[in-house]
Amino acid sequence: MADDHILETSGLTKEFRGFVAVNGVDLKVRRGSIHALIGPNGAGKTTVFNLLTKFLEPTRGRITFNGRDITAERPAALARRGLVRSFQISAVFPHLSVLENVRVALQTRLGTAFHFWKSERTLNKLNDRAMELLEAVDLGAFAGLITVELPYGRKRALEIATTLALEPELMLLDEPTQGMGHEDIDRVVELIRKVSTNRTILMVEHNLSVVSHLCDRITVLARGSVLAEGPYDEVSQNPQVLEAYVGAEHE
Amino acid sequence: MKNLQTVGYAALLLLGLVAPFAVYPVLLMKCLCFGLFACAFNLLLGYAGLLSFGHAAFLGMAGYICGYTVQSLGFPPELGILAGTATAGLLGLAIGFLAIRRSGIYFAMITLALAQIVYFFCLKAQFTGAEDGLQGVPRGHLFGVFDLSQPLTMYYTVLAIFVGGVWIIHRTVHSPFGQILKSIRDNEPRAISLGYDVDRFKLLAFVLSAALAGLAGATKTMVFQLASLTDVHWHQSGEVVLMTLLGGMGTIFGPVVGAIVLVLLQDWLTGFGSWVVVLTGLIFIICVLAFRRGILGELLALKARML
Ligand SMILES: Nc1ncnc2c1ncn2[C@@H]1O[C@H](COP(=O)(O)OP(=O)(O)OP(=O)(O)O)[C@@H](O)[C@H]1O
Ligand SMILES: [Mg+2]
Repeated sequence: MADDHILETSGLTKEFRGFVAVNGVDLKVRRGSIHALIGPNGAGKTTVFNLLTKFLEPTRGRITFNGRDITAERPAALARRGLVRSFQISAVFPHLSVLENVRVALQTRLGTAFHFWKSERTLNKLNDRAMELLEAVDLGAFAGLITVELPYGRKRALEIATTLALEPELMLLDEPTQGMGHEDIDRVVELIRKVSTNRTILMVEHNLSVVSHLCDRITVLARGSVLAEGPYDEVSQNPQVLEAYVGAEHE
Repeated sequence: MKNLQTVGYAALLLLGLVAPFAVYPVLLMKCLCFGLFACAFNLLLGYAGLLSFGHAAFLGMAGYICGYTVQSLGFPPELGILAGTATAGLLGLAIGFLAIRRSGIYFAMITLALAQIVYFFCLKAQFTGAEDGLQGVPRGHLFGVFDLSQPLTMYYTVLAIFVGGVWIIHRTVHSPFGQILKSIRDNEPRAISLGYDVDRFKLLAFVLSAALAGLAGATKTMVFQLASLTDVHWHQSGEVVLMTLLGGMGTIFGPVVGAIVLVLLQDWLTGFGSWVVVLTGLIFIICVLAFRRGILGELLALKARML
């Protein structure tokens, strides 16, 4: 099938003042899969995410999403098409309540985002759905709290709930388990598995045990280029990959 | 809690209604005009996270348009005020359109630069009366009925405009739009990633803020029967920042408190000549160091601690 791949890049390149952070990346993400993007620190993973979501303009290369060229799309428009990202540094709205964080995402469906003359009570009809999403990430008890006061692991869970509120077709997660303890990690892994039905997930992840349990396919990035691609067992045996990882750890 | 708030607002309104029997109405009206101005400015700073350094352009330009249409074109006061407000809104659309693509200090610099252009325009244009300004603007009859040359009638008109303006700001902050605005202030990239075209939201906030600042300026012209270069000068843009920080930018009424404090202070210190500037500067420094959340912000924090 031609549109077997939901997302494809060809020759994706990003240069920062002469420094090539991403170098000719050809990436194919299969519809319905959980795809991991791994690689040592500074490999260019976050930069790839920024390119895919149009937070950065590629120097060269093409990106297609659902068979449509999105290289010239604007980031907000892309989100409305169903490609939604999370951020490596937890991205929440700190001065809104936990419930409001999720509700801001749900508000996109109401089409009243510019209505400055309406009461915010008109948003209450979204509260049930917002609570459902919060319950799904075990945050139901925190709904009324101002988000700054949430512990770090919980903020990451909130971020996933907010992303899910948009019901994205393709979800990009940048290190969703970073900085978490074991219990939090297990919870997030279960959550990702749960939400992966009916959608595609592309995630950057350092924790290889998470990757091996969760992901169908892996792309290894090193110094901006794709080093290997394939299922975990195959990629993890690749001597080049081992070397890149070990080499990076000794640097 | 909700009831307590309603009681509080009712008490404030009552205070506003009886105040002219205790205090000189012109001074009160000055407080209300600057209170609305600061409140409008804070819609942008406190709720969209945008520091404009050119809000005098909207206050002053609306004042001129209102004064000119009433004095030279014979507009009734309500239409003059409307014309001033609308002009400020349009000017806000133009200035906002050019400024919102930048953030932080660059945004402030662009608004300042564009406001300076407005200042020179007002200095050179014919209809503004240049250095002299517009003087002796007739107050006329509101809706052809209420004689605004009566101090109390004028005062209650200004009070009604103030309440209406602050209500619009309150509604905007607590609206679906206000929610998105606050989310953009808190984390702009995240708001983009959720699919919001943040520039459009900022622009609408800018236009609303400019129009309401214009409403304050036009009303002020009717009160003092005067429109002058003072109101378009960058000093005025700086002063509104001061008022807002002094009162507290985290709340809707904070800037009003700041404006009242500053207006009263300047009134009491008029005997000191140009020392007023130094004294207000000192007081400002002390306040900012002592109460970082502003006067009202600190009071609310104190209340929260005691409950
Ligand atoms: N805006 C920028 N300007 C200049 N250089 C940049 C910029 N963004 C990233 N880089 C550089 O590009 C390289 C790749 O960075 P990137 O953040 O994509 O790595 P990463 O794989 O996400 O690393 P990590 O695992 O630490 O998150 C790094 O060397 C970084 O310093
Ligand atoms: Mg990264």
